[in-house]
Amino acid sequence: MKLSSSEVEHIAHLARLRLTEEEKELYSSQLSKILDYIEKLNELDTTEVDPTSHVIPLKNVFREDVLGESLPVDEALSNAPQREDSFYKVPKIID
Amino acid sequence: MKYEAVIGLEIHAQLLTETKIFCGCSTRFGSEPNTQTCPVCIGMPGVLPVLNRRVVEFAIKTGLAMNCKISSYSRFARKNYFYPDLPKGYQISQYELPICENGYVDITVDGVKRRVGITRIHMEEDAGKNIHQKDGSLVDLNRAGVPLMEIVTEPDIRSPKEAAAFMRKLRTILRYLGVCDGNMEQGSLRCDANVSIRPEGTEEFGTKTEIKNINSFKFVERALEYEIKRQIKILNEGGKIIQETRLWNVDTGTTQSMRSKEEAHDYRYFPEPDLVPLEVSKEWIEEIRQSMPELPDEKRNRFIEEFGLPEYDADILTEERTIAEWFEECVRLGAKPKEVSNWMLTELLRRLNESGKEIHEIALTPQHLVDLLKLIDNGTISRNIGKNVFSEMFASGQSPEKIVQEKGLVQITDTSEIEKMVEDVIQANPKEVERYKNGETKLLGFFVGQVMKASKGKANPKVVNELIRKKLS
Repeated sequence: MKLSSSEVEHIAHLARLRLTEEEKELYSSQLSKILDYIEKLNELDTTEVDPTSHVIPLKNVFREDVLGESLPVDEALSNAPQREDSFYKVPKIID
Repeated sequence: MKYEAVIGLEIHAQLLTETKIFCGCSTRFGSEPNTQTCPVCIGMPGVLPVLNRRVVEFAIKTGLAMNCKISSYSRFARKNYFYPDLPKGYQISQYELPICENGYVDITVDGVKRRVGITRIHMEEDAGKNIHQKDGSLVDLNRAGVPLMEIVTEPDIRSPKEAAAFMRKLRTILRYLGVCDGNMEQGSLRCDANVSIRPEGTEEFGTKTEIKNINSFKFVERALEYEIKRQIKILNEGGKIIQETRLWNVDTGTTQSMRSKEEAHDYRYFPEPDLVPLEVSKEWIEEIRQSMPELPDEKRNRFIEEFGLPEYDADILTEERTIAEWFEECVRLGAKPKEVSNWMLTELLRRLNESGKEIHEIALTPQHLVDLLKLIDNGTISRNIGKNVFSEMFASGQSPEKIVQEKGLVQITDTSEIEKMVEDVIQANPKEVERYKNGETKLLGFFVGQVMKASKGKANPKVVNELIRKKLS
């Protein structure tokens, strides 16, 4: 299954990646190979298997509504490339 | 051509939990920016979200109150998109298996009952908050991870008025359940509307627009009215409606296009691998059902049947659970239901409005009102004086007996004392006496007024009336 160039562009945009023409070509063939490989799964007969969203045999894992500790502001912001007062600062968002 | 509107609402309600949906950070509103975050809600690698049990309980409660089917099996999904207020790059939400489905809420508009279908109710986390500046945007993640309930209605609503009635009803139910404070202005209750129009009598839906940013109850109606007019105008001029998202602008009273994004949203939902599935047993649902308060519709009907209240009174008294319970407490303390209702609907609600306070924040208690009604009933004070006493009680929280005593408001029923006042008034107004005797009997009111004034409102009006008639006949 060959991915078209526009499909690669769409995926790149969703991931906020800027690709060169060469990269688009390269990823198109690489992604196609990955998809082909995954396609193998369809060879299995799964009519008798329930759809699974989780492989761990657990359900209903809860926490009680009890206050825990939050991070000090400076620690929370310590990875931020830019901050202003106690805010993260990011490039201007244009809607 | 006559058009009919088709409206469906999508409501986000912030849940009144202490902590966020997947971590122990506080949900408190108005704290300093980024003081209520932790590695889970700011999306640090290697952390695991754990579901807040109360969020599930609140969602089930709401589902039951809105006559939904509660799913025995439910799970969370990732909704993927990039935005600076979304630290993980995805929002944990529910997609194909929401916790509640297929319910309804009844509303009454202009005396006509309408049923609005509830498509689904699901749980999700809120995003953070952005503040836009000239040279950049600031991000506060205190709100990231605050639990939300998304409630989606069927396109069953046919007018802006019905939409507003639905929102009020929804707010009432959420507040009765104690799951959301219903404050649209502060954003704890948000409403987006899908609107289209179609020729009256036809079945096929027209092209819809989505209206966002409706941030007050009074704007629900106004925003929809504007949008429907806009769509009718386009169709009447031979144009076509474009499917798009439009923002309600309070300042201009219009909706404006958000510049329709070329690319359709592609959220690539998939089951959230960090959370295990949710199984809700019948026992759990029953346990939650048992813990639910009497709902607004039930209460309203009971007020009508049990207390003989008019529908109008019952509607208003049951809009807020705290008001309804205050009323019931007065009745339990022995007051006549309709009397209590009259005082609450006029004196009490007006003063609550003026003071901007909630009923549990005031000094006045049900016992005070009941005692006041007794004083009026047994003739100690007149109804008019009663209003002054009420005002005093509302302000100070003192008992009516004490106020009546301290201010010397006890009604004068002593005939000789009133007789003296009547005589004074008659002597002071010879002209009016003449006219009265010549048949201008409506002047009786004037004399009564004068005597009441002379007695500072304390004379028993019935006695005053009788005495004046007698003296002037």
